[in-house]
Amino acid sequence: MNRRVLRARDAMDRSYAEPLNVRAVAAVAHISEAHFIRTFRAVFGETPHRYLQRRRVERSMFLLRETDRSITDICFDVGFTSRGTFSRTFREIVGESPSDYRAGHEPMVAPNCFQLAATRPVVAARVAMRSSSFGDASAAAAP
Amino acid sequence: MITNLSVTSIMVLDKDEALDFYVNKLGLEKGQDIKQGSYRWLTVRVPGDATEISLEQPGPPVQDDATAAQLRELVTKGALGGLVFQADDVRGLYETLKARGLSDFTQEPTDHFYGTDMGVRDPFGNAIRILQPKKVAHAAKA
Repeated sequence: MNRRVLRARDAMDRSYAEPLNVRAVAAVAHISEAHFIRTFRAVFGETPHRYLQRRRVERSMFLLRETDRSITDICFDVGFTSRGTFSRTFREIVGESPSDYRAGHEPMVAPNCFQLAATRPVVAARVAMRSSSFGDASAAAAP
Repeated sequence: MITNLSVTSIMVLDKDEALDFYVNKLGLEKGQDIKQGSYRWLTVRVPGDATEISLEQPGPPVQDDATAAQLRELVTKGALGGLVFQADDVRGLYETLKARGLSDFTQEPTDHFYGTDMGVRDPFGNAIRILQPKKVAHAAKA
C-alpha cells in the first residue's frame, strides 16, 4: 500500500502545475478517495492537500529566487488558481509574503534535486488541517 | 588513502524482480550472483564499471523480522536512499526506458544550469536520478 501511495505522491510532484484534484490522485493509487486521504496521512504524516501545497510553494520559492517572472505569473505557473489563495498559503507555509521572500533570497547554486529536498518548506505557522480537497473553494471558505 | 568505491548497496523487496528491473529495464549489467546457504550475494553495475551495487533484501540472516519489516516500510515510502547515475543522452534514454515499459518516472528530462536530469523509481520505491552533465565549454588555448 505504501508503494501505491508513493506513486500517487510522485504524481503530485510531477504534475503540481496542473489542476489536480484528490480523486485523480487517488486514482493513481487505485484506491477510493477517502481511503487515500487516510492512508496518505498515515504514511507521510500530512494530508495529500497539504503535501501538494508544500510542493507548489516550494516550486514558487524556486521561481521567486531564480527568475524575474511576476508573482502573479508564478502563482499560476505552480498550479494555484487564485492570487489570494497563493499569497495566503505561501505566508502560512513560509512565514513571509512571496515578495518579501523574493527580496531576501538570491539564486541558489545547487543541483535541482538538492534544492527540491533542501528548500521544501515545513509549515511555518501551526494551522488546523483544512479540508483535503485540492480545490480553492474550501480554502477560500476558511477564515 | 582510499582509492575507489567498490560496493554500495540498495534495499529491494525481491532480488529477482530487482535484477530484472536494473538489468533488463534500466540497462545495468549483472555482477556477482553467489548463493551461500540461504543468502544470495547479488550485484549489478554500470556496464564496465568497477563499482558494484549490491541488491539487498531485508530479512534473515542479515536482519531479524522486526527490523526487516521496518526496512520494507521505509523502502516503500521512498524514504531510504537511492542512486544517482550519469548518462550521455538522458532524453534518448528516457525514450528507451519508456519503450521498455518503464512508467514510474518521478521527473521527465529537465534542463538545469548543470545539465539535464530525470527521475525514476524502482519497483520498490527507491529513487533513481540520471544526470547528463552539461559540457563545459573551454576557451581555446592561444
